[in-house]
Amino acid sequence: MANKISDETIEYVSILSKLKLTDKEKKQAKKEIGNMLDYFDKLNELDTTGVEPMSHVFPINNVFREDVIKNEDQREDILKNAPGVKDGMFKVPRTVE
Amino acid sequence: MAKQYETVIGLEVHVELATKTKIFCSCSTEFGGAPNSHTCPVCTGMPGSLPVLNKQVVEYAIAVGLATNCKITQYCKFDRKNYFYPDNAQNYQISQLYLPICRDGKIEIETSTGTKSIGIHEIHMEEDAGKLIHDEWENCSLVDYNRSGVPLIEIVSEPDMRSAEEVIAYLEKLRLIVQYLEASDCKLQEGSMRVDVNLSVREAGAEEYGTRTEMKNLNSFKAISRAIEGERARQIELIEEGKQVIQETRRWDDNKEQSFAMRSKEDAQDYRYFPEPDLVPIEISDEWLERIRANQPELRTEKLKRYKEEYDIPEYDAQIITGSKKLADLFEKTSAICQKPKKVSNWLMVETMRLLKENDMEPEDISFAPENLAKLIELAESGTINSTVAKEVFEEIFRNNIDPNQYVEEKGLKTVNDEGELRSTIEKIIAENPQSVEDYKNGKEKAIGFLVGQTMKAMKGKANPGLVNQILKELL
Repeated sequence: MANKISDETIEYVSILSKLKLTDKEKKQAKKEIGNMLDYFDKLNELDTTGVEPMSHVFPINNVFREDVIKNEDQREDILKNAPGVKDGMFKVPRTVE
Repeated sequence: MAKQYETVIGLEVHVELATKTKIFCSCSTEFGGAPNSHTCPVCTGMPGSLPVLNKQVVEYAIAVGLATNCKITQYCKFDRKNYFYPDNAQNYQISQLYLPICRDGKIEIETSTGTKSIGIHEIHMEEDAGKLIHDEWENCSLVDYNRSGVPLIEIVSEPDMRSAEEVIAYLEKLRLIVQYLEASDCKLQEGSMRVDVNLSVREAGAEEYGTRTEMKNLNSFKAISRAIEGERARQIELIEEGKQVIQETRRWDDNKEQSFAMRSKEDAQDYRYFPEPDLVPIEISDEWLERIRANQPELRTEKLKRYKEEYDIPEYDAQIITGSKKLADLFEKTSAICQKPKKVSNWLMVETMRLLKENDMEPEDISFAPENLAKLIELAESGTINSTVAKEVFEEIFRNNIDPNQYVEEKGLKTVNDEGELRSTIEKIIAENPQSVEDYKNGKEKAIGFLVGQTMKAMKGKANPGLVNQILKELL
């Protein structure tokens, strides 16, 4: 009952995840994702008629902040995480609109 | 006979909310700070940082929903929209797909063909992205995340509009509602209100919609009108030539008055939405909803009614003044100070409108204080300055928000009421202009106008015109 997942789907998912996979990794991913889908099939055996889809795992609602500025200028620290910096901005490979 | 086509338009309007802080962190939303000076680990997508929702965002969204007759989703939540683009450091945008906060609303618009109801499909909350600057020299892109995480609501209409006129009427109405709620200043030029136009055409009478395109980069109402006309014509031409309209996003170039297909990304758009695990759901109680409803400010229709009753100003004036939150505020504040609403209305309707038009400005760009207009009205009403001088002083108020009392004092603009001084000037004018005196005596009433003019000129415009007239007639 192994789920059939096509090579094309593996290819597509790797593009979406911005991952370059080797043939070996693709094979492995295909197997692992297939196993996951099998497990979903198992879950689908349960009758969930009348059960509301869960929105969150914790039974908590309404966690809010008041609209008050608390953060100071911390760009020096923030920019330490940038791949490159120019004129106080994150320097990234050129993007096209 | 040429075929008749109908244009079908739906709008997606993004509005930047006027909160002090971002939607998920306590960074300032202030516009114009040094690049990345309003950022923190949350809005730059650092691993391990967690978003916490700004309550004010929910309240603004509910307020706009109520004012646009929406049903409020009392149990709502956020979802993740996944995409890779450096304007968003998280690689996903937190938005709402499954349970948007408002649904099924409508607003009434007035056009030359009467009133019409435009449906609102939904309003959802989401975060804005950072700003990308393309560096031609180094062939790289630079990112400023100050705007990343600024709260937005997206108001999605039903495809109920059929012309540019209806679109503009809808947008003006929507903008006014949001401005009256003080949820945003809604400036198209500055991007605090952004409009995407979804447009398709179909043969008149057809049931099915045609293929639609989405148009972006529309920075003014005029650009929106032109883009609608342009896109309608482009689609009809394709259809007439037997070609297909392709569903795509197009960028409007208002200088070229043409739209261009935006380069589609190599891979198809697949946002893989899923419930946002870092934020808990929002439950809006009946009490909370009622509290917001009770605190809704007076909207235009109510204001219009009150203006006519309370201030007794003409219908037309009330229409124009309530047509802008800025003008309405200015009118009410100035009237409260000087207690002369009719005079205030006059200054706004005539001189203010003239100067706005001359300077190609919107009422929202007005920067003078109501106190200064109130002082000017006092100066004019008490006869301290005459009407010509008052107009000059007003221009100064409009341009530089000067204090008129001080200005009039410093420039010596007070009306000359000194009879002796006026009398000697007028005697001189009479002596210098025997012809006009002669004409007047021969029954040419108009000649006195010339003499008044000469006197005013000699007095540098500061003479009391009533007194000048009186003395002139007496001497003649």
